[in-house]
Amino acid sequence: MDRATRITFLAMLVVLAVAPFVLYPIFLMKVLCFALFACAFNLLVGYVGLLSFGHAAFFGSAGYVTAYTVKMWGLPPELGILLGAATGAGLGLVIGWLAIRRQGIYFAMITLALSQIVFFYALQAPWTGGEDGIQSVPRGHLFGLIDLHDPMAMYFTVAAIFVLGFLFVYRVIHSPFGQVLKAIRENEPRAISLGYETDRYKLLAFVLSATLAGLAGGTKSLVFQLASLTDVQWQMSGEVVLMTLVGGLGTIFGPIVGAAVIVTMQNYLAEFGSWVTIIQGFIFVVCVLTFRRGIVGEIIGRFGPKGAAPTGGGH
Amino acid sequence: MAEPLLAIADLHAFYGESHALHGMNLEIRAGEVVTLLGRNGAGKSTTIKSIMGVMGRRSGSIRYQGQELIRLPSNAIARLGIAWCPEERGIFSSLDVRENLMLPPPVKPGGMAVDEIFTLFPNLKERLRSQGTKLSGGEQQMLAIARILRTGSTLLLLDEPTEGLAPVIIQQIGQVIRTLKQRGFTILLVEQNFRFAATVADRHYVVEHGRVIDMIENSELERNMERLHEYLGV
Repeated sequence: MDRATRITFLAMLVVLAVAPFVLYPIFLMKVLCFALFACAFNLLVGYVGLLSFGHAAFFGSAGYVTAYTVKMWGLPPELGILLGAATGAGLGLVIGWLAIRRQGIYFAMITLALSQIVFFYALQAPWTGGEDGIQSVPRGHLFGLIDLHDPMAMYFTVAAIFVLGFLFVYRVIHSPFGQVLKAIRENEPRAISLGYETDRYKLLAFVLSATLAGLAGGTKSLVFQLASLTDVQWQMSGEVVLMTLVGGLGTIFGPIVGAAVIVTMQNYLAEFGSWVTIIQGFIFVVCVLTFRRGIVGEIIGRFGPKGAAPTGGGH
Repeated sequence: MAEPLLAIADLHAFYGESHALHGMNLEIRAGEVVTLLGRNGAGKSTTIKSIMGVMGRRSGSIRYQGQELIRLPSNAIARLGIAWCPEERGIFSSLDVRENLMLPPPVKPGGMAVDEIFTLFPNLKERLRSQGTKLSGGEQQMLAIARILRTGSTLLLLDEPTEGLAPVIIQQIGQVIRTLKQRGFTILLVEQNFRFAATVADRHYVVEHGRVIDMIENSELERNMERLHEYLGV
């Protein structure tokens, strides 16, 4: 890591350690789950340039699988979450395999359509509980030792999962594999003519992103002890796009800031009822008009070294 | 005579509806430096793109070491040991010089070591940490050539490497091409600048309207100057 990244990362760790003593842990855990989800999404859109509009499918279905296996099979939480992540991976492999054949808007539409199938399944299948979802999921004991019903224990578990997920994304982006991804984002035909079978790279990136989204979704279902349709419907796919854009597409910390901003808004503006969506929409428009690179992207652009600003992805 | 390294026969290529190559024929033997000379739009770059498999519709035959390339995808062609340095250079601006240099996958053993590449291009060594976008045109061109030398490719397709560069840089690139020839690389060079081409090449193909209309040995270039002037309209 370069110096600025290292300092920011350490500052983030300090904030993570102190925050639960100041703020409501459930709120913080929600932020962290969405931050991880947004990091996963950003890996795909920010570094490969593939705008998925179906990431809720991975996030939400992982939530169902974690909730179901923990509640009905009595699996320990760590195994439940891993199964959630595996669900994300499996779905990501299928949806990604179909979607990476197309680019831009067509890619987004295919991911949206396939995620709608997943939504429909979640609505109809008997084991997902339909409109009720899967409720009162027991958090259980982590590794059979730590009682996760203690909010602090749950919080630090979520924080650890988030940090590991974040470091994993960082590692991927800065690996030779990540450089090929950036090359594909920038000029895919050139990457192909250098000898790369870019479809394989795109599919692997898609699966990694879906796995992390599943990790986030599974964790969230334990935090709220609930898996519901909210997390699997298309609005959730839109929300993660919003978080990533507000924070800064293709920046390592952007999705975290974006998730924090959006979740905070939803929580603290909740008293305005349905106005939240309107306020959110307004902020989004202002964001796009005034700082197109997102909060973090704009900060790097203004204060960072020249040429360090993200070039952004997407089509 | 040994079989040529690359043999193109009756190659046709299309940009959508527009017919760009009309039965191109040419051969390159291992170790040769061959240029494609011709006016703008004659089909020189299209020939290179066709070899590389990035043209949409092609017909005819392109054989490399006896293997037919016409149905292969671009990445498979690169893996056979053919490296392309496109006219627009294709430097990845979000990667720095080192990352750009290390990006192309090795395709064959025997690629140039990084140190060796720096002897050829000392400027690059000083700029390893620079972002791709921060390079001058000449440096970008050098990086674009440098990064395909690492891969072990033996046939290099260089599309107008001197375009828009200062004379001193052009000289440097000429020197590099001569060194690469000594090292055993085979090079197909697209050039508008035949004075430059004459300093590096063994033979010149003159391309017009999507086909080869003449072939001139470099040793006979002097005697055929008038003919060449006529072809190129200079």
